[in-house]
Amino acid sequence: MAEPGRLTREDVAHVAALARLHLSDAELDLFTGQLAEVLDHASDVASLDLAGVAPTAHAMAVTNVLRPDEVRPGLDRDEVLGQAPSVEDHRFRVPRIPGEAP
Amino acid sequence: MKPGWEMVIGLEVHCELKTATKLFCGCPNMFGDEANTNVCPVCLGLPGSLPVLNQKAVELAMAIGTALNCEILPSTFHRKNYFYPDQAKDYQISQYDEPINVNGHLDLPDGSRVGIERAHMEEDTGKTSHAGSSGRIHGSDYSLVDYNRSGVPLVEIVSAPDMRSSAQARAYAGELRAVLVASGASDGKMEEGSMRVDANVSVRRSVDDPFGTRCEIKNLNSVRSLGRAIEYEADRQIALIEAGEVVVQQTRHWDEDAGRTVTLRSKEDAYDYRYFLEPDLVPLVPDAEWIDAVADTLGMMPAVRRARLVRLLEESGGASESQLDQVATVVDLRLDDLVVSAVAGGVSSGLALARTANEAANDADAARRLDPAAYLALLTMEAAGTVSATQAKAVLADLLVRGGGDPAAMAKAKGFEAMSEDSLASTVAEVVVAHPDEWGRYCEGGEKGDKLAGFFTGLVMKATRGQANGKAVATELQRLRGG
Amino acid sequence: MVSSGEWSAVDILEQHLAAIEAGDGAVHAFNLVTADLAREQAVEVDRKVAAGEDPGLLAGVPVALKDNLCTRGVPTTCSSRILEGWRPPYDATVVTRLREAGAVMVGKTNMDEFAMGSSTETSAFGPTRNPHDTSRVPGGSSGGSAAAVAAGFAPLALGSDTGGSIRQPAALCGVVGMKPTYGTVSRYGLVAFASSLDQIGPLATSVADAALLFDVIGGNDLLDSTSLHRPTPRALAVLDDGVDGLTVGVLSEFLDGAAPDVVARVHQAAEALAGAGARVEEVSVPEVAFGLSAYYLIAPGEASSNLARYDGVRYGLRVDAEDVAAMNTATRSAGFGAEVKRRIMLGTYVLSAGYMDAYYNQALRVRTRIIEGFTRAYHHCDVLLGPTAPTTAFALGAKVDDPLTMYLSDVCTIPSNLAGHPAISVPFGTGDDGLPVGVQLLGPALSEGTVLKVAAVVEAAAPPLAAPVLVEGTPT
Ligand SMILES: [Zn+2]
Repeated sequence: MAEPGRLTREDVAHVAALARLHLSDAELDLFTGQLAEVLDHASDVASLDLAGVAPTAHAMAVTNVLRPDEVRPGLDRDEVLGQAPSVEDHRFRVPRIPGEAP
Repeated sequence: MKPGWEMVIGLEVHCELKTATKLFCGCPNMFGDEANTNVCPVCLGLPGSLPVLNQKAVELAMAIGTALNCEILPSTFHRKNYFYPDQAKDYQISQYDEPINVNGHLDLPDGSRVGIERAHMEEDTGKTSHAGSSGRIHGSDYSLVDYNRSGVPLVEIVSAPDMRSSAQARAYAGELRAVLVASGASDGKMEEGSMRVDANVSVRRSVDDPFGTRCEIKNLNSVRSLGRAIEYEADRQIALIEAGEVVVQQTRHWDEDAGRTVTLRSKEDAYDYRYFLEPDLVPLVPDAEWIDAVADTLGMMPAVRRARLVRLLEESGGASESQLDQVATVVDLRLDDLVVSAVAGGVSSGLALARTANEAANDADAARRLDPAAYLALLTMEAAGTVSATQAKAVLADLLVRGGGDPAAMAKAKGFEAMSEDSLASTVAEVVVAHPDEWGRYCEGGEKGDKLAGFFTGLVMKATRGQANGKAVATELQRLRGG
Repeated sequence: MVSSGEWSAVDILEQHLAAIEAGDGAVHAFNLVTADLAREQAVEVDRKVAAGEDPGLLAGVPVALKDNLCTRGVPTTCSSRILEGWRPPYDATVVTRLREAGAVMVGKTNMDEFAMGSSTETSAFGPTRNPHDTSRVPGGSSGGSAAAVAAGFAPLALGSDTGGSIRQPAALCGVVGMKPTYGTVSRYGLVAFASSLDQIGPLATSVADAALLFDVIGGNDLLDSTSLHRPTPRALAVLDDGVDGLTVGVLSEFLDGAAPDVVARVHQAAEALAGAGARVEEVSVPEVAFGLSAYYLIAPGEASSNLARYDGVRYGLRVDAEDVAAMNTATRSAGFGAEVKRRIMLGTYVLSAGYMDAYYNQALRVRTRIIEGFTRAYHHCDVLLGPTAPTTAFALGAKVDDPLTMYLSDVCTIPSNLAGHPAISVPFGTGDDGLPVGVQLLGPALSEGTVLKVAAVVEAAAPPLAAPVLVEGTPT
């Protein structure tokens, strides 16, 4: 398996934007160095030849966990909305949405 | 469609499943309740909450797969990560590379077959309303979010790019809706959003050309707007190509009022969803026994229902073009069981189909509730000449209003007593005597002479104000002619 | 004691509240002490005892809860600004089970922010200090829970363990801490860090108490799809069975990177087990060497998705901005600390287009290899033995600016999380610096009974550990 190239400042800026995090220039420099170091350490797994090895996403092999289609009591609306930063007309209020969902 | 061009259309249909509760929690799956009343930690995405899969939703998804002739496979759920305020966890749980249903097809009434690539489960989002001057997303000052719809179970049905006209796409949408309703999986209401259609459209000059660059059209709220949007989009793409420009792959929004599609975003804006296996859910591995049990609960699909009626027509001589239309109407309105039970009771398939498609169909809701025994009794009276066609239609209207009853008693109450054989015979005799020339030509027979049977029948009907039975008149005329 | 009527639950609670009052200024084990709620629960237990009703297995026992366990109406912060002030409208399943067992919940303990850390220094509310030496860290991320038990603030505590977050602080604070088999304790109401690795478990002053707490919180829960269907655990019942006839493998890879004084304690524990009738041999599971790398790809990947929901829309912090995307960004940038941001970015990167297969999927394949390696070892060993942490407690500030060095503190605990297997840390004397050393016992899936009974033998053979002496007041 090919090893990816070293993490760049642009990579970090890109993932920060994807993750909705704003980083100052100083943070960007600091995090780039730190994350590159962690990824360099992790490159030992990237370089292993594991073709044909099945990935394990769940440690315990369980299947078909289902619940019956029965209504269960939900939450009190006032309690839910009482936790919200901004509410109007029993709805969660958010600032202007710049575009449709991707 | 401009000559010399061909459209290539594939449809992605999202359908809300008719479950009592949401996909991953026990909140009611209800349309139209007060905002944020059907919510819990799971569908609000509260920290610490976990999803648990609804068995009924799985079974309805399997029912859709069975109805669409899919393979039902072991499947998994992934997380599709993107930020949006109607997405309570800021990721959507959706089936990704291992969907439950793959490789099916749907046969349309015109006999064409559209491939189904996959039909997978996912959760719906909450609903956002936009406050401010326009009431729409653009130009609004702020937005409000209601999570009642968050987590409602959806099945997304992805067709192959097999359709070649807007009419075929409309037929596919209509047939798919009928299948979803027939399978019990969905109520198929496009207007209420329980069935949402996106169209992928491209154009090419020849069937031998590779597919052109496609655009995805969203916001299609009816079968009619689906057709209009596809026509508009194909024309737009053809005009671009003919002007020497290129079609850019993008997502476009159908503006119903303006009758055009507008750019939503281009492929360059493609979002990195970072799909990965949902660690909070385990694989779904339906065994053959479970798949068969779901299939056993499935009602007959529209294509099978149509074939059943055509077979009845063919048993009594064949089906005309107009009868095939009647078959489609009757099945579409889910009135075919009335026809089948009437034919089983001895009524001819032609009469049962015609009454159902032409008269019962006028009030399909009432007709679906009609007592089949009463319907059979009425059609039997009409076939026997006890009531005329006109009278039968009047009684049927009453039956539909009341939901049933005794047609004989209703006919009597309306004064629709069948004429006695004696009085019919004397009326026919009077008419014959009054028109000796025509009678003579009728008695000569042949193509010209036989046509005069209609002339005499009309006169008898006029004289009896429609109470005479047409078949009985014909029989009496034949008897007088001596054949 | 309470159920027999010897002591009242209220008396026991007041003693512990007094200890917290006297000592927590120096330790900062708690984010919140819920004295009033605890008093209500204690009164209820005493009422049940007086009325002759069954007060439950944990009647009147004070329990401290890590602050990532949802408690209805009681702030649950994960030691993060982004959740400051949030009061969950529901209880975690383990909290419900504790209440039903008559436990008295004394408060919410400090932790590394969102459980991301190994020293409890990434808490937004300031670090917890090790009761044995307040200039040292308690370990993490369940540092508050471990410190609370070590300092005598509560005899029992719950923590969560994603890569060692129960066992490593237990070792550094000189208490018992167990990570059960993945799926034996419901995660419902545990604020997620890395869902496929997270597991709630007990911290206690003794192996028997840890077993009792595990028995109370374990068992299937319909609200957690990954919860296993198996009989309610009764680990306590086999505790005294001894180790005669069992084979204990000393895991050589875990000894490689550990400090000599820690290694010496492991060998001493191995000798004690041999003396008690176990067969002890050295085993090698070379695959575990890749555990750390795999973990720091998988856990941040899942975390980046789990922590997306802190967007300022429905609960917790909001920093306003002109549009919703800017509001999300302003909120998250202000609400998360540096370590959480690092892990979110790392996780976003390893899941993103073009890198997913080289990093995340590759790490999942390594996980398969680690499980295979353990399976091989368990063909001839019943349990494995090694250190819990490579060193004793390190000084506050020593590693906090060097993420990779900090991550290396988890090298011996991470493989059990990747495999989903149970593991327990038992105090075993001190290192050269006089600070506690923990030895770790690992077993195959669902082997809690075996692991606990071996742990009980280790515990019985352990050199005594002096109780911490806390100086009243805030440390300087
Ligand atoms: Zn819900």
